[in-house]
Amino acid sequence: MSHTTTLPDTDTAPLIRPKTSRDDKIKAVFMAVIGLYLVITLALPLYAMLSKSFSTYSFDLSNFEFQVYKIDSWSEPVTALSLNQKLNVVTPAELSTSSDGRLGVTAFFPDFSFRSITRYKIRQINLDSSFLVGSERIADTEWHEFSSNDFRRVVLRPSSSTGLDNYKIYFSTPSLFKSIENSLFIAFVVMIITVSMAFGFAYALNRSTMRFKGVFRLIAMAPILVPSLLPGIALVYLFGNQGMIKGLLMGQSIYGPIGIIIGSIFFTFPHALIIISTALSISDGRLYEAAISLRASRWKTFWTVTIPAARYGLFSAAFVVFNLVITDFGLPKVIGGQYNMLAVDIYKQVIGQQNFEMGAVVSVVLLLPAMFAFSIDRYVQKKQVAQLSAQSVPYEPKPHKRFDLICLFYSLLVAVFIMGLIGVCQYAALIKFWPYDLSLGLSNYNFEVMDGGGWGSYFNSIKLAFFTAIAGTLMVFIGAYMVEKTNGLTTARSAFQFLAMMPMAVPGMVLGLAYIFFFNNPANPLNSIYATMGILVICTVTHFYTVSHLTAVTALKQMDREFESVASSLKQPFYKLLFKVTFPVCLPATLDISIYLFVNAMTTVSAVIFLYSPDTTLASIAVLNMDDAGDVAPAAAMGMMIFYTNVAARLIHIFITRKLMIKTQAWRVR
Amino acid sequence: MNEPSPSHSQDATVFLQIDNLTKKFGTFTALDKVSLDVYQGELICFLGPSGCGKTTFLRAIAGLDIQTSGTVIQAGEDISALPPSERDFGIVFQSYALFPNLTVEKNISFGLENEKTSRSDINHRVQELLEMVGLSDQGKKFPTQLSGGQQQRIALARALATSPGLLLLDEPLSALDAKVRGYLRHEMKALQRSLGVTTVMVTHDQEEALTMADRIVVMNDGVIEQVGTPTEIYREPGTLFVADFIGAMNQINGRTTGSNQVVVGETTFTTQKHDLEANIPVVVAIRPEDIVPVEEGESSPEDNILDMTVEDMEFLGSFWRVSMSNPLLGKALLNADMSVNAIQRLHIDIRTTITVELPVDRLCVFLAENE
Repeated sequence: MSHTTTLPDTDTAPLIRPKTSRDDKIKAVFMAVIGLYLVITLALPLYAMLSKSFSTYSFDLSNFEFQVYKIDSWSEPVTALSLNQKLNVVTPAELSTSSDGRLGVTAFFPDFSFRSITRYKIRQINLDSSFLVGSERIADTEWHEFSSNDFRRVVLRPSSSTGLDNYKIYFSTPSLFKSIENSLFIAFVVMIITVSMAFGFAYALNRSTMRFKGVFRLIAMAPILVPSLLPGIALVYLFGNQGMIKGLLMGQSIYGPIGIIIGSIFFTFPHALIIISTALSISDGRLYEAAISLRASRWKTFWTVTIPAARYGLFSAAFVVFNLVITDFGLPKVIGGQYNMLAVDIYKQVIGQQNFEMGAVVSVVLLLPAMFAFSIDRYVQKKQVAQLSAQSVPYEPKPHKRFDLICLFYSLLVAVFIMGLIGVCQYAALIKFWPYDLSLGLSNYNFEVMDGGGWGSYFNSIKLAFFTAIAGTLMVFIGAYMVEKTNGLTTARSAFQFLAMMPMAVPGMVLGLAYIFFFNNPANPLNSIYATMGILVICTVTHFYTVSHLTAVTALKQMDREFESVASSLKQPFYKLLFKVTFPVCLPATLDISIYLFVNAMTTVSAVIFLYSPDTTLASIAVLNMDDAGDVAPAAAMGMMIFYTNVAARLIHIFITRKLMIKTQAWRVR
Repeated sequence: MNEPSPSHSQDATVFLQIDNLTKKFGTFTALDKVSLDVYQGELICFLGPSGCGKTTFLRAIAGLDIQTSGTVIQAGEDISALPPSERDFGIVFQSYALFPNLTVEKNISFGLENEKTSRSDINHRVQELLEMVGLSDQGKKFPTQLSGGQQQRIALARALATSPGLLLLDEPLSALDAKVRGYLRHEMKALQRSLGVTTVMVTHDQEEALTMADRIVVMNDGVIEQVGTPTEIYREPGTLFVADFIGAMNQINGRTTGSNQVVVGETTFTTQKHDLEANIPVVVAIRPEDIVPVEEGESSPEDNILDMTVEDMEFLGSFWRVSMSNPLLGKALLNADMSVNAIQRLHIDIRTTITVELPVDRLCVFLAENE
């Protein structure tokens, strides 16, 4: 080795490797733990589902060979394939099967009799498949000899392969892919109607001086508190075969697109209203003064000032509604009749036909429009930055008699629509036996005599909502805190952000099915949580993670970025700051997250429908199952129980928030 | 420029030694091999336009955004790679970052609470600090109930609570209105001097830097342009940038002719010694208040006498700013600040002609940029 005598390069000073503080290490650990939670409860199950959709199972007849002992010698080995070619006992369609498929071998031997003394041999040529003798699995390439009596217990098992076969079958089955068209059609129609309706309502709330705004606002929010299938039940009572005002449909059936559309409008309305109302409420009053000074007509001002200012809100609302409708399962299940929708197809494939692979395919098909709508919404929201400057003046509506009256009338119509459907449900729940015995009573609340798990499922739901609210809030807040307030670790933080946004794009049905594939796999060490309350809590927390995460992040972003710097300069650990300052200041947002999780856990159907066990039946699912069994009135009664529980939870939430505000938020008062 | 300034009263021990500090954000270099010694007990100001790297510099010293390369040695210890929690400093941010849900007392005691200190000691120290910033009666209030100036003082008290060896101030006064700012400058300087705590302050406000600092570090584009006392910075700007950034400065383009001479148009000026070769493009600079009107009959000096035509006059309260021209100087206008008295005595008005002297020792010469 020669001696180098070059001078050190003065231009490249040694890089400083910052020492990681204890705080940052702890934060990184927390972030990793919650990130890992999201990977296990979201990314891995989705991956399991995706790979399931690509696995196909078929009987590979060329892989099985038989020999028959006749008189005094064994016949030449012959494959099942060539036997079938001669006899044609198994059609090609029967060859493709599911992971559970079984095929008896005796069909290949027309003269088979289990009393015969004929002996049979079977072997596999390679190890790609297996066969069963009774329940004993044989997976080798040896010859196995059986008496006739044992040979009838031999069944072939399919071999699995990876490919697009499931998708080919899906797209060559009209009854399946017609659902894509149906789902897109319904989602699109509802999107247009709900956004228009909600815009009108939001406009009345923000731009008129009509009376009873507070009441209208409350009523408009009511649909959030009930499962999406409740309006379906109300519509059955109104327009069903024995409906109260069936005549209004003029011969059309409510079971189908009409029912789905009306019910979807009901349950998506508050979601659209919140977004559009926010967009309208942040308009700049100065623009309207300018419009008046320029003598612009009301009509012109509306199109040049109001609509452009609210356009991001309108887009966002449209995509949220689209997503809600296309992923909803409960409503089309109750009132869809023969009209197939994607989310219901998943249920039918999995629960009805036990065809898990096809269920996975439909899930992937459903995932695409949902993800598309979700990414467009994110894109639009990113564009909407700070329309409102510090100088903006809030718009103050002025009284305008005729306009206010129109607004009042319109709001009243919407309120009647919403309260009408809920009211019909309540009425249905109290009538003894529609339409024959109209006397009122509480007999429908006697859930013990119905399918669906009785009152136990109601209390299970409360338990689930409670655990979800507590565990979820804790996890979401800690996760959001770590991702917002950790220094460096840029890559890890953006990975976490991505994981936290993902649940929003995943429909509940897809998540639930993915959980079956992942957690019900005996090879999974987490298999033990399957069919427990635990998996329901985990699934619900993950399902509603995104909105909660965003709420927490928004609250945390409003905190001064330098709090952490100050605390570390004062040598105080981050958790002291967290408990003394960050958490108390964010308490209102934290309570909002918990009530959001509670209400959604009470009403959710889609994700948990695949995951409940006889011990963990839920109220929302009881509504579905009782309706399915024809006990529509008790279903309505249970639905109303969910409604009242959520109303009570909301009231308690308001009460606690007020109390805490007075106690811990004294600093907000100047 | 690292020698202690003559006006520096403290003993000249180096408290903070910064060597070749570079901070890169991706491909952007925010700090480029910056070196600086900060002396025990002084108040040093980082001054520069926004984006010059002064805040990056402060945050590197605090460990909040650790530098890409280079070392920071505080009180003899190499702290280059340490996180903020393992360094010894108190900090006041522009936003003050007061904890909104804690009372003033709780804010101040936040850094004092640990297993070793008793409750009564903490209370005692909090009272002491409140008295020190003159807000003894405000302890039970919440930050939002205080005025901006009061909040600033609470932030200062909180930063000083643990008696740190180094006080860092990031634009501590820029959120306040002018009157409060003027008052607090004085208060803070007095407090800093009485405590003797080494202080680094970042500001974009030259007036603030000139009135408060023992020494000023003028920064631009990630490098230090000049380090010096306020008078040095103002009277002997080291670079054209410093001359231009601090105070008002007349700038005239010219070319060197001798070691202390510059030709502008057809006039030759005698300037400070500049040691530049002949025929190099330069900028001659003089502050408006350094231009002296020559009265008739006065024995006039030999150099740098010009007859100027008054083009415009602007009344600025305590003085007039007079814009003057001379065909010999080309299109350049010279601004001179003249007292109300002088204006009256010399009957100066628009379109009148006056004789002015550009004193030799006030004419600075800088290499012209972009040529």
